Amino acid sequence: MDFLIFQVPMLTLQATLDGILLGILFALIAYGMALQWGVMNIINIAQGDLVILGGYIAYFMYLWGIHPAWGVIVSPFIMYFVGVGIYKLVINKVVDRDLFISILATFGISILFMQLMNFAFGADVVLANSGYGTTMLFDNSVTLPNSKIFSAFISIVFAIGLVVYMKKSKLGRAIRATAQNARAAKILGVDTEKVYAATFGINAALCGVAGALISITFTIHPYMGLPYTIRSFMIVIVAGLGNLPGVAMSGMGLGVFEEFADYILGTEFRIGSVFLLLVLILVYRRFKLSRKREYLK
Amino acid sequence: MNKNIILYAALLIFGLAAPFIFPAFKVQLSILCVLIVLALTWNIQGGEMGYNTFGNILFYGLGMYLCASVQVGMFFPLAEWTESGGEKTFVHTPTQFFQGMAMGLVFAAVIPTIVAGLIGYSILGLRGHYFAICTLGLGVAAGEISGGIEIIGAGQGFTTPPFPDVGSLEARGEFFYFLSFMAVVLTFITVKSIYSTRFKLILNAIRDNEDKAEAMGIQTMKYKIIGWMISAFFCGLAGGIMGGLVGYIDSTDVAFDGREMGVFMVLMAILGGKGTLWGPVIGATVFHIFKEGFWTFFLGWQYVALGVLIVVIVIYFPEGIMGWLREKYPERFGEVVDEADRKAQVELK
Repeated sequence: MDFLIFQVPMLTLQATLDGILLGILFALIAYGMALQWGVMNIINIAQGDLVILGGYIAYFMYLWGIHPAWGVIVSPFIMYFVGVGIYKLVINKVVDRDLFISILATFGISILFMQLMNFAFGADVVLANSGYGTTMLFDNSVTLPNSKIFSAFISIVFAIGLVVYMKKSKLGRAIRATAQNARAAKILGVDTEKVYAATFGINAALCGVAGALISITFTIHPYMGLPYTIRSFMIVIVAGLGNLPGVAMSGMGLGVFEEFADYILGTEFRIGSVFLLLVLILVYRRFKLSRKREYLK
Repeated sequence: MNKNIILYAALLIFGLAAPFIFPAFKVQLSILCVLIVLALTWNIQGGEMGYNTFGNILFYGLGMYLCASVQVGMFFPLAEWTESGGEKTFVHTPTQFFQGMAMGLVFAAVIPTIVAGLIGYSILGLRGHYFAICTLGLGVAAGEISGGIEIIGAGQGFTTPPFPDVGSLEARGEFFYFLSFMAVVLTFITVKSIYSTRFKLILNAIRDNEDKAEAMGIQTMKYKIIGWMISAFFCGLAGGIMGGLVGYIDSTDVAFDGREMGVFMVLMAILGGKGTLWGPVIGATVFHIFKEGFWTFFLGWQYVALGVLIVVIVIYFPEGIMGWLREKYPERFGEVVDEADRKAQVELK
């Protein structure tokens, strides 16, 4: 077995660092998913497509000569309204219905977005060049693009900002109250409809930030959305709803896993290994839970 | 009951005569048959059992690859065939082609069934949306992984054996039509016969409340796995036929095509009305006619139309055509209707 990673031990460190920086980004997307899952009990299959759409906003700013890093500020604003729009058009009709209905409806939105982006922006793999250069560590044996460090830093800033916002602001309190008990919140004067719309908008805005960062750091393509959905879903179920440190940790774990899978199995199996890991995690979870579920609720 | 026999006989005669009445649409009719099979099998999970799977595409793609691989591998080295241009070097004689196809279909049906049985215990223990997402992951993972395996063509695809020259130009279309029609008839008879047994009641009990069904002493897991194996059998068969019909297998665009076929089967069953015998058949027919009729107008925009269609059907039409008919004419479905109650409802409206 001539795995490169065993021949060059420094690559292990490289993969780990890459994975952690990547994982922080995943955690940001997963945070958005956990938010809407907890509040509205909806699993949004279109999550990844919102990410890609956010990425295209940054990419277009880059094309128009604005530095793509400003996309981190612009993209969430646009994406917030996209999110609220999706909520008003589709999601509010499926919020209190069967979960499968919402999965299928968001799956439809996902296909729709994928194709619209394909028409509007073309099927090329693109990236917004930030021109940040790279940092060399350990005698040039580990290279870290500065854009990755930048994106991880921005993700942490946005995540902390959102946590504080959820704790302190009025809307944040309303969102948390609705997540706890929508009916009681309604009785106590919370406009749950507005809260839902805002939650979906905040989720889309987070996706916009993540997408802008991804377009700087990696590449974007109209069809690359679904893996991001699956990754964030996986992170949320591993961490559990409402467990923010867990989301961060499992996000980084997933990032590291992916980098190692990339080195060991080969790039063509990278996405496949993510989906397979999802299946394995769910199966593990099922066997773990089935031991507990020995009584009838 | 007499009326039913006449109906079935008429449908059978129509099905047998269809390729001669509409000779130009033979391929479309064969695809329709495959779609009906997929919708009927999805309905066993999604409609009767309440397990909304996106993963039946796994068996479909598996069947497609298996059928083609066996058909080639029986007579020629598979690795050389899938190398680019290999399919031009080796030519199947008619006997080899049909023998290979028959053997391939057996494999395409049996191996997915075994796979379903093996993974069933782990996967079917999941509930609700975990099951839906897990099966979605399974389908995509299968597509991504098979796209990396060299011997079945990897990313460049796998050309299935071309139909041999048997003297008639129409032979290919007719062969595949009758093959897929046989698959539909077989599936329909199987599904209809299992729907008239206790098995269907157990599936419905699982759908309505699985914990209670378990508490009543039904081994739910056993029946869930059997149901999935039945689906896998016919999905694999349909996949094998479709592979020969299309003539070219690509890992993510033809075989494990979760974005197209995997959604179509869900959509068709929901459009027709899930949890009914005839719903998937009607849904598949309506969907296919719509798809072929309007796809040409939406040229290039068909996936956009598909996305809109999914959202509209799911939000505004979740009960499907059969559900709507049932609402409208409950007597026809054997429901006892209280006249006074009905009048009161009409007045309320």
